[in-house]
This record gives sequence, C-alpha cells and structure tokens, in this order.
Amino acid sequence: MTTDSLQADILAQITAAATPEALEAVRVAVMGKSGSVTALLKTLGGMAPEQRQVEGPRLNGLREAVAAALAARKTALETAALDARLAAERQDMTLPVAPALVGSVHPVSQVMDELAEIFADLGFAVATGPEIEDDWHNFSALNSPESHPARAMHDTFYMEQSPPGTRMLLRTHTSPVQIRTMMTQAPPIRIIAPGRVYRSDSDATHTPMFHQIEGLVIDKGTTLAQLRWTLETFIKAFFEVDDVTLRFRPSYFPFTEPSVEVDVGYSSKTGKPAGAGEADKWLEVLGSGMVHPRVIAACGLDPEIYQGFAFGTGVDRLAMLKYGMTDLRAFFDADLRWLKHHGFSAFDVPTLSGGVGA
Amino acid sequence: MKFTLSWLKEHLDTQAGVAEVSETLTRIGLEVDGIDDPSARLAAFTIAHVLSAERHPQADKLQVLRVDTGAGEPVQVVCGAPNARAGMKGVFGAPGTFVPGSGITLKVAAIRGVESSGMMCSMRELELSDEHDGIIALPDDAPVGARYIDWAGLADPVFDVAITPNRQDCMGVRGIARDLAAAGLGRLKPLAEAYRVAAFETPRTGPGPAIHTDDPAGCPAFHACTVSGVSNGPSHPWLQAKLRAIGQKPISALVDITNFVMFDLGRPLHVYDMARLEGGLVARKGRAGEAVQALNGKTYTVDETMTVIADNAHVHDIGGIMGGMASGCSATTTDVLIECAYFDPESIARTGQKLMLTSDARSRFERGVDPAFLDDGLAVATHLVRELCGGTASEITRAGTAPEAAKTVTYRPSRVLGLAGIDVAEDEQADILTRLGFTVARGDTWRVTVPSWRRDVGVAGASERWDGEADLVEEVVRIHGLDRVIAAPLPRAEGVARPTATPAQKQERRLRRALAARGADEAISWSFLPPREAAAFGGAAWTLANPISTDMAAMRPSLLPGLLSAAKRNADRGQGSVRLFELGQRYLGDGEHSTAALVLAGEARARGWQTGSAAMFDAYDAKAEALAALAALGAPVDRLSVAAPADGWWHPGRAGRLVLGKVALADFGLVHPATLAAFDLKGPVAAVELYLDALPPARRKARAAYAPPALQALSRDFAFVVDDTVAADTLVRAVAQADKALITGVRLFDRFAGAAIGVGKVSLAIEVTLQPTTATLTDAEIEAVSARIIAAAAKVGGTLRG
Repeated sequence: MTTDSLQADILAQITAAATPEALEAVRVAVMGKSGSVTALLKTLGGMAPEQRQVEGPRLNGLREAVAAALAARKTALETAALDARLAAERQDMTLPVAPALVGSVHPVSQVMDELAEIFADLGFAVATGPEIEDDWHNFSALNSPESHPARAMHDTFYMEQSPPGTRMLLRTHTSPVQIRTMMTQAPPIRIIAPGRVYRSDSDATHTPMFHQIEGLVIDKGTTLAQLRWTLETFIKAFFEVDDVTLRFRPSYFPFTEPSVEVDVGYSSKTGKPAGAGEADKWLEVLGSGMVHPRVIAACGLDPEIYQGFAFGTGVDRLAMLKYGMTDLRAFFDADLRWLKHHGFSAFDVPTLSGGVGA
Repeated sequence: MKFTLSWLKEHLDTQAGVAEVSETLTRIGLEVDGIDDPSARLAAFTIAHVLSAERHPQADKLQVLRVDTGAGEPVQVVCGAPNARAGMKGVFGAPGTFVPGSGITLKVAAIRGVESSGMMCSMRELELSDEHDGIIALPDDAPVGARYIDWAGLADPVFDVAITPNRQDCMGVRGIARDLAAAGLGRLKPLAEAYRVAAFETPRTGPGPAIHTDDPAGCPAFHACTVSGVSNGPSHPWLQAKLRAIGQKPISALVDITNFVMFDLGRPLHVYDMARLEGGLVARKGRAGEAVQALNGKTYTVDETMTVIADNAHVHDIGGIMGGMASGCSATTTDVLIECAYFDPESIARTGQKLMLTSDARSRFERGVDPAFLDDGLAVATHLVRELCGGTASEITRAGTAPEAAKTVTYRPSRVLGLAGIDVAEDEQADILTRLGFTVARGDTWRVTVPSWRRDVGVAGASERWDGEADLVEEVVRIHGLDRVIAAPLPRAEGVARPTATPAQKQERRLRRALAARGADEAISWSFLPPREAAAFGGAAWTLANPISTDMAAMRPSLLPGLLSAAKRNADRGQGSVRLFELGQRYLGDGEHSTAALVLAGEARARGWQTGSAAMFDAYDAKAEALAALAALGAPVDRLSVAAPADGWWHPGRAGRLVLGKVALADFGLVHPATLAAFDLKGPVAAVELYLDALPPARRKARAAYAPPALQALSRDFAFVVDDTVAADTLVRAVAQADKALITGVRLFDRFAGAAIGVGKVSLAIEVTLQPTTATLTDAEIEAVSARIIAAAAKVGGTLRG
C-alpha cells in the first residue's frame, strides 16, 4: 500500500468514527505503540540517509495529517455532544421570575426632601419642634392672646392633660418652631420647619392632620422685598419652571405685620406656575409677612435691631399641585394602590445636580 | 361680609364699576370671595299680565291662565298657585328659561292634558326668598314685558368679602367705602349725606329710660332712648330688598332697622319692647341659675362671668351677643327701647365661646366696635325708627363711659423702605394715612393719631417706642400697593451651599429610603387613634379634650396600631401582601419620641412555579428588616443582643428586642394574636418598631488604611448538639470568642432536631472562617483551633456531633 492510499484509508476511518470511543480505537490502531503509522515511522531509523531524506518528510507528513484529522474529529464529536446536551437542557425562558420588591416613599416625605434641598441652597437649615405644644408657644408668643378672635380661626385640638398654669394643645401651625428657634439661636437665622399640624376640620380639602412648612429669616435689614425674591426663587425651583409671577395681597396674621397673602400665577395650559404672560389664574398658596415686633420681643430679641420675614404653606397642597393628586384624605389612608401610584422610588433622592422633581 | 354695589355707592361717591371695585378690594386686603350678579341669573324673567284664569278641566288645584307677556299673542300657562287670578301682574318665565330655585329648564309641556308654555314664578323659584305660598304678585303699574330685575332693582351685583379678624371697621359697608376712598376709588360721603338728611336732629321729649351699668368691665357704656307710639309692621320695601340682597331675612321694621345699621355701619344695636319689661334695664354680670331664651329659640344658662342686660325680673339679653325672646319686638310693639352699648371684646369672646353661640353682633363686638360711635349710632337708629315706624323719641340716657379710643404712634416714614423694601414718598404716606382717618403731625419722627375705629392699629397705653409703627407701615403699603414691592435677593453666603441637615434628619432620610428600597411602602397615618386601639398598646398618655370623633381621641403610644389598621383596610381591598412602614412620633408621658415602624401582613412570598406554595411572613422576616434598618441607621448591628419582648402585644415566643448594652433599639416579631383580634386582622402579622431617639448618635468614622489579606482564608464546618433551650446565638458567640485572632466569621447554616439526636436536643451546624495573617496554617495549627472551638462550644453545653 502506498503512503497516500494508507493516509486516505486512515482519514476515512477517522471520518467514519461516530463516537469518541470509536475515534479512540482508530487512534490506537494508527498512532498507538503498535499502530500502523507508528510502525512506518519506526522504519525510518533503518534507512540509508538518502532514502530517509525522501521518506522522512513523507512519513512525518502522514503523521501530521493523521494527528490533525484525529484532533479535528475529536473537537467535532465533543461539540456535537455538547450541542446535544444543551439541546436537552432547554428551559422555557418565558416563565416568570420572582418579582423584585419595589417599595415607595410617600409624596409628603418626597416633597419635604425636595424643600429641604432647595432651601439648603439658600442657606436655610431644617428646624423641628414638638407637636403637642403649650398655648404660649402656639398662640401667646405669636401675638394671639387668649380670647383673640384669631384663636377661633384655628379650630384647635386641646389636650386633657396639662401641667398647671398652661394649656397643652396640638400645634395648629408650624409657627411655634419660629419661637423656639428665636429663643435658642442667635441671629442671623434662616430656617425652614416642616411637620405635622392639626386642626379640627374635616372635608375633601381639609383633614384634621396635615403638613405645613414654615420659613423664617431674622437678620438686620431683612425686608418684604427679600421675602418676595425668596418665594419666587423657591416656587421656580420647586415647580421647575423658568418664570413665575406672584401677587402680594394684604392679609392678617397676628404674628406678622405687615401680613401678606401670596398668590401664585398659574397656567391652566401647563398645569404649573407660570410667568406674567402665561398665567391665567391665581392660586392662594402662601401666607407670610414681616415678623411682628412683639413676637421678636417675646423671644428676647430687640425689634429695634432685628427684623425678618416668615412664611408658611401646606406641604400636602404643594405635593398636590406638583404631582396631581386630587383628594387630600387619600394621603393618610395608606391604600397600597395609591401609595404605589403616587409614591416615589427610594432612589429618587432630590439633589440640586439631579433635579428636585421626580 | 356681603353688600351690593348700589349699597356701597350710598357711602362712596364713585364712577367705578364691578370689576374695578372688586380688583381694588382684593388689592387692599379686603379679599373678594365672590360676586353674585342676579341680573345674569334672572335676566330672562319678565313682567306679565294674567288676562284670565280658568279652572283646569282635569285638576281641581290647577288653573289655566292666559298671560300677556308683552311679546306677541298671549300664551297659555298652567299654574298651581292659589293666588293666581285674572287681572294680576306677576313674573313670567318663557320656555327655555332656567329657573334657579327649582333647577329646571322650562319647556312647552302638557300638564294633565293641557298645554303650558312657560311659568308664573314664586319668590323661591327665583331664589329671592323662601316664599312659596303663591306666585309673585306685582303692583298694577308694573310694566308688562319689562325685565323683572330692572323694575325690581335687582340688577345689583352682590359682593362677598372676607374680612380678616383685625378689621372690625370693615364689617359695615361704610368702613369698606372708607378704605376704597383711601385707595383712590372715590369720595367718602359724610354720614348725613349717605342717609340723605341734612343732620341727624331728632326732636326729643320726655326723660330717657332708666338704665345703668353695674358691670363697667363687661359693659363700660350703655346708651339708650325710647321711641313711643311706633307701628312695627313689615319694613319698607327698600329696606327689605337691601337685607334680602345680602341673604338676610326681613323680620319687622324695628328688627330690620337694627340689622341694617349693623351691616351698614358695623354698629350692633338691640331693641326691646317696653311693654315686656319690668322696670329699668341694667347691664350686670349673670347670676347662678339664670337662663334666657334667646332669639334663636334656644335657652342659654348664663353665669357670673357673663355680661347680661336685665330688668327687675328677668335677663333679656346676652349682652352683645343675642337678645331674648321675651322682650323682642313684635307686630304689637308700640313703645321701643333702643340700646346702643359698648361691650368688652375679650368678655364677649369668652362668653360666646362658653355658650358656643355665634351671631353677627358677637363677631363685631368681640373684634372691638368703634367706642366713639355710640351717640352717632343711636342717632341713626332713632332717625330710622321715627322715619319708618313713626313715634316720639325720648331723651338719651348715657350710663357709663366708653373706653378712650385715641392712640398715638411714633412713626418714622423711613420704616416703609426699611421693612417693606419699597420707597413711598412722605407726602403720599401722609396723604394715605389722612384718607384712612389718621391725624398726622409730621416732624423728624411723626406723631400719628389712630382713628377710634381702628382697634387693630397701635397699642393702647403703648410701652415701647416701636409699638404700632409696623402697623402704620402696613397701612401705607397696603394702600400704596403691596404688590408693587419688587423682589430683592437675599444675600447669599460665599461658596457652595453648606450642609444643613442634622444627624437625626440624615438618619431618618436614610432609613426611609432603605426601607423603601427593601420593598416597603411608606404610609402616613393619623397621630390620633380610637382609645381602645391605644389601650391595646399600653394606653395613651395624651388624649384630646375635643376630638373630631371619639375614634380620633387618643394620641398614639406606638406607630403599630395605625399600621395594623392600614394593613386591615388593605387586606379588605384584596391585597395579599402588605409591607407598610411609617416614620413619626409616639406620644408618651415623658414627651414625643421619634419612631419608625413596619408591618408585614399576608404573604411573604406568593406561590410560585419554582418555590411551591405561598409562605406567610414570620418573625425572622421581621428580624431581617429590623437588622437591615438598624444597619442603614449606622447602628453597630454586630454588637446587638436579642432579648425577650417586653411588651404584651408581641407573641411571647416569636418576638424579640434588639438591645445595645442596656438600651432597647427595636422590637420585632409576630404580633400577639389577641392584639391582632382587636384589629380584626387574621394572622400571622410580623412587625418591627424602631426607637430612633434611642440610637447612638451617628458618627462619621475615619476609615483606617486597608490592604486585603495576602493569604487565602479557609473554612471549617462543625456540628454541635445542644439542649434546645440554648439560644443559638450563645453558641455562635462562644465559638467566635475561641480564637479572636484567627476566626473572622462564624455562620450558623443548619439546625436539625430529630430522633437521631435525642429528645430535647438540637444540632446546630456552623461554618467558621479562619483568616491567617502571617503564614499559611499548618495542619497542626488548624487542629489546635478546632480543639479550642470544640472546647468553647462545650462551655455552653455543646458536644461535637459524631
């Protein structure tokens, strides 16, 4: 048999080997210790140099071709085996997986975080105070003496438990935090005070508990003009609009003088606050004014030196205006369907660089 | 406060229309809540003449009218009014007209087989009064075909203005007119001109009534006169129309006059029927046991703190709040006593609050009426009584003295710029104040005298130099135009904004978002609870004296009851799995405590093709959340120990308290079934309550330099059999202590109880991680550590499982 025909014969055997075992048998028969190609290669040692020069490359060529064919066939068989195994392992990738647990942050909390972020940039710290207050902090220090008609405006919840000489109540506004701040902090003061407040009132737009945010600036020479700028800046930042128009109307709060009711120009078209050109109606949003000198004096500061402004607004109402909720009562019902619809992702942390709207 | 445009113009000489008046009112702080223009609503109704009235062939109570509407042929109208008759004039609504009082739009229709083309209307159908006994009957000279509103003078817009509590002077039309005049909208007519008289000169004969005040604190001034020989029928139509236009019901001429003066001038009065009085009247404090039936029909018991007006026998008036039924004026009244008094505002407010009685008089007296207007008020009232009811007036008796009203304020006009940030020229400032009734003496600092009707400006007996100054700034800016204040920036600190949140605020923000990220939804529930729910959690330390309902009376001692109720509501709505959390205050005897709570109700895991049947929440779910929450808060979680629950609302065997040293940071576990039953909840329900104010303050720790160990860590497994009363944690901690240098982790990964290891025994399998630091561990070293671990386990009763 010639080398060429031997090679053809062996390659045919390799190709015909259908399993790894059959291929191994061919390998042993050809390349094993007593294999046919091994035997031929052994003959090279007994050849004359001239003959070896001719036969050497030929037989080595044969060996390499056979080895390559064996390796290729081995790979092919392994690939086929793997393919077969994987085919058998098929799973239905349309089957459902366990749903990710997705919780939510209440819109009131989200809005409070947004407010804290905006006002932090303006240099306002966040202050807090107790919800069960005494009537001095809630009323008297705020220039509402007992039997003042302004007290009746507030529909106050009173506590049955009161230490002698005072009357405990649920704070009707966040303004007592102003008093607590002025009594413990030296001016200049810039704070916001968000929190729960309570009034004995209940219908679609009033709940006996709701949230307010109070702002207070006390310094030398602070004016209504700066209040206007502060509120414009805040409204623009909070509602993420480029322009806003405010209307200052005279009003009355016992603890401010002058007192200002602030209307925000609103566009029905965009559903957002808007500049003078776009706004087509006014929304009553904020109460504010210059802190009454008697309030400043009640906190132990000299009203001849210090003056400032205060403002307050409903956090729930801000949330409703910004995010489109319609029924205040739903805020406090803890209906999971509502919370998941109106709530915010834990990762929507308001930041100045990322924006304060989610 | 309501008034019509024409009423306003009786005091204000102006050409301004509705829009301009409305815009100005709001601009100067008299906020317009609404404007009702009846002419829009009633424009379609016309005056018609009933030509004939025949009995309806099919109905006894109906008539068939032929009506001349002034437009073309007479029309046929079916009418049920008993007073409909041929020849009368009335008010007609044609088909297509909307009838405001009945809410229907008229159309041609057959009524019991007879066609009717329109309607003859009653007062109620036009919303002009409650009168519905018959159709409106107009005088014979009413012009057929004309618009009814034009003829009746109803084309007069009604303003509804919100008056802030400080502005008593604007609780009368004249006060509003004065403000508008100051704002440049016209001229305030002198009082006599407004009443179309040269002067209020009433001829008086006979002595004034016997009155005095024994209560100079509650009623410092009591003025009165009598008018005898009056006739007290229904008041004149102009007066009735005025009162009706602002929603007041005309009663009788005398009563209508007092109401008119109150709404016109902000001056409440009272009239007594002299025939019902025994002796003179005295203002005094009430006496124990005294009661009076007030004009609202209810009987009020007065006490020694309240000021009353009484004769020799009875209390006739809750002073300044409401008169009494017994001495009220009626159709038979011939001799009347007119009271014009000054009541102390604080006293009125206290009495009104105590009696829970509101009235138009109270709302004016408690805000402080003009103490200098008693004589004028009585003169106007007497003039009207004589003009409308006839009679002879007596002299005036004046008992007591009204408080001194004049106040003076030291004023620096520069404060307008200083406080409001807007520059108003001094001349304009003086002009504004003068138009408002102030007297201005200019100088380096101004001396400004406050008019008697402005109780809200300045302080009586001012003690501080600055008293009242801000009030005048407000007056100037209010009239000049508050909206003209231009924004000026608040000075900004240099550099990037500094952080402002406190450590506690940062902790709360982290916790909120950590819980939400782990799949829980944040709720906000009421701070108040039904008392029985508070009782299930140890009872409320704080309760409301005046709750909105008894279900909102107890301040929550825990956040769990609100969340359990919320879980129940959600379960009722078909939610199979509830994870709710809340951050807020608990209200305890020693104060408010910042707290967070989480409730896990229903399925922890829904049934699934991979996991099989559903799994309910258990105590370990609660523990996992508690630890995750504490980790987010920066608490040293690895130093916490687990104690038994301290409170009765936890499952005694499936709940725990996480303690740091001796401080409880959180409770977790299953809620006690008896507690769940109180909330009508099916169990199991797992919960966590975190006591945020007990946490150690979060510190920003400087991190040491770190290089990962170069040597491979290795792990060894051990299984120890212990009594099942031994807490697993005891074993884990003992093992961890066996070699503090080498052992960097101990994890319990299996727990087995069964016959093979004996009754009352349990096998706990733990994996120990060993981290060599200097050289790879030799077999001998590993053996030595293992021996120490086994010895440590033995100390807590553990034997190596064979």
